[in-house]
Amino acid sequence: MSFKAEDMKLISTITDLTDIPSGAINIRVDGQAVIRNSSPNISVGPNDDGTGLKVEIKAGTRDEAVHVPVIVTKAGFKDKVYNTFIVNEDADVTIIAGCGIHNDSHADSGHDGIHTIIVKKGSHMKYVEKHYGEGSGRGKKILNPTTDITVEDGASAEMELVQIAGVDDTLRSTIARIHENDSLKITERLMTHDDQRAESLIDVYLKGTGGNAQILSRAVARDKSSQVFKAALIGQADALGHLECDAIIMDQAKIQSVPQLVAEDAQAVLTHEAAIGKIAGEQLVKLMSLGLSEEEAVNTIIEGFLK
Amino acid sequence: MLKLENVSMAIGDNTGEAREIITGINLEFKPGKLYAITGPNGGGKTTIAKVIMGIYKNNSGHVLLDGEDISNLSVSERAKKGIAYAFQQPPRFKGLTVPDMLNIARPGLDQVGIRKSLRDVGLCPEDYQDRDVGPGLSGGEMKRIEIAQVLARDARVSIFDEPEAGVDLWTIQRLIGLIIAKYQNSPKSTAIIITHNERVLPICDEIIVVDGGRIDKQGSGAEIWPLIKDDIECKVKLQCRGEIGYEF
Repeated sequence: MSFKAEDMKLISTITDLTDIPSGAINIRVDGQAVIRNSSPNISVGPNDDGTGLKVEIKAGTRDEAVHVPVIVTKAGFKDKVYNTFIVNEDADVTIIAGCGIHNDSHADSGHDGIHTIIVKKGSHMKYVEKHYGEGSGRGKKILNPTTDITVEDGASAEMELVQIAGVDDTLRSTIARIHENDSLKITERLMTHDDQRAESLIDVYLKGTGGNAQILSRAVARDKSSQVFKAALIGQADALGHLECDAIIMDQAKIQSVPQLVAEDAQAVLTHEAAIGKIAGEQLVKLMSLGLSEEEAVNTIIEGFLK
Repeated sequence: MLKLENVSMAIGDNTGEAREIITGINLEFKPGKLYAITGPNGGGKTTIAKVIMGIYKNNSGHVLLDGEDISNLSVSERAKKGIAYAFQQPPRFKGLTVPDMLNIARPGLDQVGIRKSLRDVGLCPEDYQDRDVGPGLSGGEMKRIEIAQVLARDARVSIFDEPEAGVDLWTIQRLIGLIIAKYQNSPKSTAIIITHNERVLPICDEIIVVDGGRIDKQGSGAEIWPLIKDDIECKVKLQCRGEIGYEF
């Protein structure tokens, strides 16, 4: 299977792949799986009701990855998929998801990815999801990911959720449940520009003793774009949670940041930091004194901030 | 090489009146020499440096580099022409690492160069490969990384604004040694050090004392250091005894 150059470029933008790798993979293009392979340790197949994928990682699998990117290239196409990922005991794997939309039409294109992730006892999972939109049409590029993750006892997970650019409208919803001695780190990086709109809702329930959750959000809103970030840490046990949201606001953009801490157990320790501000003038001057133009300095600061 | 001709810079105060920060500054900086600018706080030392770098614009007079009036050039344009400035209080960046900053300062600097730059300023390269130039670094570390960037630029005019501030005594000696080796007797470049430091002032070829926005004294290190040394040493003693603060 070979892809058109522009489709491969889109896949590459969201996955960093330059070629189609061997091993476990599913590439979905305009609602159809065009490549689907399992590996000896990772099975990739349809879910029971045929609405999406079921990816299951065998117990003890180490240092393997599964790629499940989605691209939408058909004008006005609206895609919706339900995927389930099960990481069995004592595994250590990386899941590379992500969605790219190319839309040159005047009709809206979109993808709703609804993911359920279960990380079982003693396992570690890294989940990377990048979103990107491009195209010259007036039609919007819309991405609405919903992720429900359960981290079972003694497991750990890292989630890297990135909106690179070009997504006109997004509603991101993430719910996580952390059990005994688990850890979860969610890093979200969002860039909006022009008149784009992004809303991100994250709820993390700390349900077991010794649980540890971190939510780190970095956001940049440019032009007339708007962002809403609402994240809640709900401490229901003797557990630690930290929530950090930093945002750079530029031009006529708007940002609303709502960190919420809810303690339902006297042993829960929950902290948060939140900051919204423009790029500091002294940062610009510093980079310009090293030879960058003002525009280069702004881009360097933003790229670093969202790195 | 670099000349300031009758340079003045004024800002509006809270009554709306223009208040001159520096007035009628005439200076000439030649390659191969080390220049110290010293004087009391608020005297105009950093303002002169920032006017040279283009961070502040002079209201009158001319800033000339090799005879070209660069008064209207931006900070970036001046940097490209070979002026570099180590900030007194360098800003911090989230997400830009120490190697990132050195690469911006000197595009194409490889790992060997990055490691050398850090070792030169007394930092262990292994400790700074992935660290942001952000809140996790101490003031002294920030200062050394700032100086490393300016040294890496190989600029023709390098300005160091209080390089000793926040840096331990051993490192000051090392940094001064580096600056002397790089600039003193260099055929093409010069360094301007804004300092109060009694270890730095005597080794400079020329000392410029700025007070009240004007040049109060100017001459060779041998001429000027004896005139100001007692004042500086007295203040250092008072600082050591805790009778006055470290700012003066």
